[in-house]
Amino acid sequence: MSIIGKIFLTFMKIGAFSFGGGLAMLPLIEKEIVYRNNWVTPDQFVDIIAISQMTPGPIAINTSTFCGYKVGGLLGALAGSVGVAIVSFCLITILAKHIIKRKDNPSMKAVFKGIRPAVVGLILSAAISVGKTALVDVKSIIICLIIFFMLVRLKIHPILGIIGAAIMGIILY
Amino acid sequence: MKSILKMFFIFMKIGTFTLGGGYAMIPLIEEEIVQKNQWIGQEEFIDIIAISQTIPGAMAINTSTYIGYRLFGFKGAVLGCVGTILPSIIIMIGIAVYFIKFQEVEILKTVFKGIRPAVVALICSAVLRLSKTLPRKFLHLSWMLLTVICITFFQIHPIWIIIISGTMGFYLKEYV
Repeated sequence: MSIIGKIFLTFMKIGAFSFGGGLAMLPLIEKEIVYRNNWVTPDQFVDIIAISQMTPGPIAINTSTFCGYKVGGLLGALAGSVGVAIVSFCLITILAKHIIKRKDNPSMKAVFKGIRPAVVGLILSAAISVGKTALVDVKSIIICLIIFFMLVRLKIHPILGIIGAAIMGIILY
Repeated sequence: MKSILKMFFIFMKIGTFTLGGGYAMIPLIEEEIVQKNQWIGQEEFIDIIAISQTIPGAMAINTSTYIGYRLFGFKGAVLGCVGTILPSIIIMIGIAVYFIKFQEVEILKTVFKGIRPAVVALICSAVLRLSKTLPRKFLHLSWMLLTVICITFFQIHPIWIIIISGTMGFYLKEYV
């Protein structure tokens, strides 16, 4: 099989079997591209993760695009990113179709009503988990509080918040 | 105005400014799709996040694909998904081509040090807004806190919590 096909199938497998998105995908990606296919060395993999986390977008897409490029050039990059997204894309469209059709069904409504508090809790847990690694000193806590105040009280756009935080990072660090 | 092209560019904008993983995208999508354009209600937005969690793959992609489908059918799903990932693909290829050694660029390190605490603030502000849609009842608030405890202290996978919560909702119809 051509290398492009192999990249596509490998990342399709990664996309299909990782629940919980992004960071949950990393062990699976590591196993496939470092140990099974030997496309990148363990050191390179660490670099790729660091870069993927510092660049915008979902980590899974960033990692697959970068690895795909290293192994198969431009076509490899596309094969990697499309591969990692294709399974969830198909599942979501099928699911969306059925859920939207039944959105007025009382049982369906009850199920979602039960899920809603949990989802808010889930998002809060994500904030805690990011906070554990991001809020490491006084400066980072100050940045977090200022941005939070600006978002909630002054209702600034989140993108403005991110740009503001980037500027504060340059000034404070 | 609800145009598919506008949605595509909104998701491209969101994709460009999402740093620090899928959850950082939630406040951006909420601002653009729920607040500013009011294409989707807040409760439905929470449901979409729940659905995205039960499907494998990156949550950000799942959410934007679902929203695209909900607004404009299959074409919308394609554009929502592509819009979200296109900026990342372009940026990553750029980095790979020129082999920019990111860790050695000091200024980027400091930028990132500033952004990470802001991501916490962003996600918290989304929690604050989304929690306002919940009924002010003891059951709901305690369930939300229980979720936080289960995930933070016991590392229970979100998918189980969603399945259990959905089942509870189904059997406790009168209470939720």
